[in-house]
Amino acid sequence: MTLETTDFSLPSHIEAVATAAAAVADFVSRNGVSEEAAFGIDMAVREAVTNAVLHGNKQDETKAVDLILKSSPDAFEIIIHDQGSGFNPNDVPDPTDEENILKTSGRGIFFMRTFMDEVHWLIRPEGGTTVRMLKRR
Amino acid sequence: MAELNIAERQAGDVTVLDMSGKITIGEGSVALRTAIRRLLEENKKRILLNLAGVGYIDSSGIGELVSSYTAINKDGGQLKLLNLTQKLQDLLTITKLLTVFDVYEGEAEALNSFK
Repeated sequence: MTLETTDFSLPSHIEAVATAAAAVADFVSRNGVSEEAAFGIDMAVREAVTNAVLHGNKQDETKAVDLILKSSPDAFEIIIHDQGSGFNPNDVPDPTDEENILKTSGRGIFFMRTFMDEVHWLIRPEGGTTVRMLKRR
Repeated sequence: MAELNIAERQAGDVTVLDMSGKITIGEGSVALRTAIRRLLEENKKRILLNLAGVGYIDSSGIGELVSSYTAINKDGGQLKLLNLTQKLQDLLTITKLLTVFDVYEGEAEALNSFK
């Protein structure tokens, strides 16, 4: 049983990251969440929206970032769509490998995987990339 | 109010930046980058970041800390961190950066470490 579902779209500029984080924080708070889970969800959403804006939509403000938030008794599900050409998450180097530790970028996907229980990417046939993240209660 | 507030003070030849707020993509990361660049231009190369008031950092902010560390090292200086919140310490641990940065819990000890 889904307790609540909400969706919204944001323009592809960097301010969308804070807007999305605030909306998600409000959503998880009113659906009951532990402080630790809220922190993890916040981290993951910020990184996912950053990726959608910067790497997916390349800050093209004619392209939207769409979010769907679902709350169930067992988990929070967060789905984020962009209109970019997609990427293979397995091609992203592990930032904790010794040769990557001092790199100045490349930790976003690592944080998403660290703080969420499930993270899946889908390159949609009609275009764009979807990331679906699950955080169990 | 700015996302990240940075107050500068001098303790001997060490420049202490007391930081409060968020170091996240956009304004917070840019504020840190600008402050470090300015200090290097002023030949202030011994820098202690007091992060007691930084309650949140994202991957961009962590990248900016790394960038600051490498820029200062390259210029023959030293960057050290003071008063990490538990969350920041956790993030530096999982990214294996806690082994890279010189981290202190007390300011006196941190300042002495520059000597």
